[in-house]
Amino acid sequence: MVVIAEIPSTEYVLNCTSACAGCGDSLALRYVLKAAGPDTILVMPASCTAAFQGVYPKTAYALPVVNIAFAAAAASASGLSTFLRAKGKKTKVVVYAGDGATLDIGLSAVSGAFERRTDFLYVCYDNEAYGNTGMQRSGATPIGAKTTTTPAGKPEIKKDIDTIIAAHEPPYQATACAAYPQDLFRKVQKALTFEGPTFVHILTPCPPGWRYSAEKTVEMGKLAVKSGIWALYERENGKLVICAPTKAAMKKPVPLEEYLAPQGRFKGIDSATVALLKGRIAENFRRLAAEEAGS
Amino acid sequence: MRKISTGNKAVAEAVALARPDVVAAYPITPQSDIVETIAEFVAAGKLDTKYIPVESEHSSMAACIGAGIAGARTFTATSSHGLAYMHEMTNWAAGARLPVVMANVNRSLAPGWNIWVEHSDAIQERDTGWLQIWVSTVQEAYDTTLMAFRISEHNDVLLPVMINLDGFTLSHIMQPLDTVEPGDFIPPIHLPDPVDPAHPAGYGTITGPADQFRFRYKMEQAMQDAKAVIAETEQDFARRFGRTYSAAEEYRAGDADVVVVALGTLGKEAEVAVDILRDEGIKAGSVRPRWFRPFPDLDLAGKELVVIDRDYSFGFGGVLAHEIRSKYLTKVFSVIAGLGGQEVTYDDIAEFVRKRRIGEEFWFGVSDHV
Amino acid sequence: MFEVRIHSRGGQGGVTAAKLLAGAALHDGKYATACPFYGAERRGAPVVSFVRIDDRPIKIYSQIREPDLVVVLDASVMETVDVLHGLKTGGRVFVNSAHPREFAGYRAAHADLTGIALKENLVVAGSPILNTPVIGALAKAGIVSPGSATAAIREMFSDERNVRAAEAAYREMSA
Repeated sequence: MVVIAEIPSTEYVLNCTSACAGCGDSLALRYVLKAAGPDTILVMPASCTAAFQGVYPKTAYALPVVNIAFAAAAASASGLSTFLRAKGKKTKVVVYAGDGATLDIGLSAVSGAFERRTDFLYVCYDNEAYGNTGMQRSGATPIGAKTTTTPAGKPEIKKDIDTIIAAHEPPYQATACAAYPQDLFRKVQKALTFEGPTFVHILTPCPPGWRYSAEKTVEMGKLAVKSGIWALYERENGKLVICAPTKAAMKKPVPLEEYLAPQGRFKGIDSATVALLKGRIAENFRRLAAEEAGS
Repeated sequence: MRKISTGNKAVAEAVALARPDVVAAYPITPQSDIVETIAEFVAAGKLDTKYIPVESEHSSMAACIGAGIAGARTFTATSSHGLAYMHEMTNWAAGARLPVVMANVNRSLAPGWNIWVEHSDAIQERDTGWLQIWVSTVQEAYDTTLMAFRISEHNDVLLPVMINLDGFTLSHIMQPLDTVEPGDFIPPIHLPDPVDPAHPAGYGTITGPADQFRFRYKMEQAMQDAKAVIAETEQDFARRFGRTYSAAEEYRAGDADVVVVALGTLGKEAEVAVDILRDEGIKAGSVRPRWFRPFPDLDLAGKELVVIDRDYSFGFGGVLAHEIRSKYLTKVFSVIAGLGGQEVTYDDIAEFVRKRRIGEEFWFGVSDHV
Repeated sequence: MFEVRIHSRGGQGGVTAAKLLAGAALHDGKYATACPFYGAERRGAPVVSFVRIDDRPIKIYSQIREPDLVVVLDASVMETVDVLHGLKTGGRVFVNSAHPREFAGYRAAHADLTGIALKENLVVAGSPILNTPVIGALAKAGIVSPGSATAAIREMFSDERNVRAAEAAYREMSA
């Protein structure tokens, strides 16, 4: 476990970005960049993170950022990494992309880059909607959640990007959460010790999108893990290790209702959908436990 | 019923009146609230349309094509990079002779990442076979959307229609809107040969060099036939709803010595400049082309032309200026203004006219003065 | 033509205020346009909306450069934004404020919209609703008629507290 004192104090996210009050993404970003360190190039598609990076001629990030088209991040990173490595450079290439870019419009490029064993870290921060364009549904939106394009609640389940990535057999992948910064820092650091492709998927609670009061971001992140709706784990060369907070949730999960109730996006969610979500949490726990035991 | 509405909401309301069978769409600023409004209508049971929240714009057009080939009335909306991402499939929709209606909220292309109005996105679709129109008021956006379905589905046309609205400037401005009860203004869709197991056929099969050009020629015939269909539709609209539209909107141009030509809201704001210039004794007028494809016949003979392009073809020049030069075999004062949402006011437009240099190109903002 | 610039912060309803004002002007038989100015806006950042009112159709889309009236829904934006920029000589300033404000060379008026909203319990997600009471204040200033202000509010909001807040602002508006 990384103690806070070990986390470098250098900030790569400068003060006064235009991120919303309580933005989970900006919290996660700070720790990802601290773990990556100075010899890093970020590749960032259209996203909230690219929006609060700021307006020309300024940038809020003290690292080079290649802002790229929405679907193209993984492919561009692939090109960049291939060239850097050909020149003998060890500069880290880190994609920092949202759930929309990763699960939806950019999925083909993600799959291609992973299948070709691109040496890069792909970080997907997940606020479970298209945040930058005003909270429309994405493949990562959970079932029952209201967004501007699913005003009655999304009828489909959340797409499992981690299993899709696992099918590409990366040397390292992990799930993380902005409310657990030390765990996130450790995982990004670890991912960067591997020759890629590596993948870290971070739940980043979003006050305007999830419709909760801005000061509750860390609380929402913790409730997501404690209720089991978000599981923390890592796979190193295919071997699964479930992290302690999820192990605790597996033993005694916090009732899912505690996570759903403060969020306006779940207001009016029907009991059948809640039951389905609970069933899926239980099933996911069974699957993870079996995989961990089996490997 | 009269109310205040944004351009985006007006388009969505008109689409709802057209009752499309399928709307497949993907969000992008500044169009997202067109499709969000449609999604709301569907969720509230006000609209019996199947809404497909696809995973990219390439897929939105592909989904509209798939539904359209089976005979569906389809609609989508996009902007800028969304339109660019769809480009392979916009070609396809036109070549497949499908009456897709699309609202494009004009926005510039990156990099830099700029969300404000520019016409380059739609201009780059110029050669695809889509009918293209630029609207300049909330009312016109609403009325044109209603007309678009009828025009595009007409048996002599069967080509998709793109309605262009200036990003933020028109999509998000609130203006008065008079809504209509359409009645039977838009007839039910009836495609000649929808895909059907009872009549097996290939749709878009390999087509050799001896045949392909014939399909392309038919597209151009349809594009030319569309002019009469457009005129007839606009006349019927005027009869039923009392508002008259034609291929271009002229303002004090009849006896003008110098005419400003511009698409979209700049073409409308130019009318304010015209009034100022007239008060100064300059016989100015404006001609705002509405239809861009098929390119309309404009009454420009004997006038000096100040053409404003909110787009550019690198290595050659402003596209509207070029089209006018080549169609009317005349020199123009080509002004490149408003790229990336650059502010252009009626005072600026008046100054372009006062200081015009026919035969030259002028990039507004790059020099200190006109 | 009468031009109004509204200053607020993202999330406070400045855009809705512009829409209500335009809607009220429509009820008065006028032509009105309203537009937010989109910068890199996020909740809490200063934002600006524009309203133009005229007897004839308005063909202007560019920003208002010389407003006749400046409305400040959140006085704190005055710390970083020059709200008087371009205000016509003899123009008016209205500030959401419990105390009178003075702006040399301009006519100022105020009303405690925040206090009025809180009194009516017109609060959403912890923030007082300012966009309906401000229409009442602007009706007092003669920008729109009181009847039209009420009609515009009722078209948008079914909760009568909005109308009551507008009426309170109408009564309390100074000047």
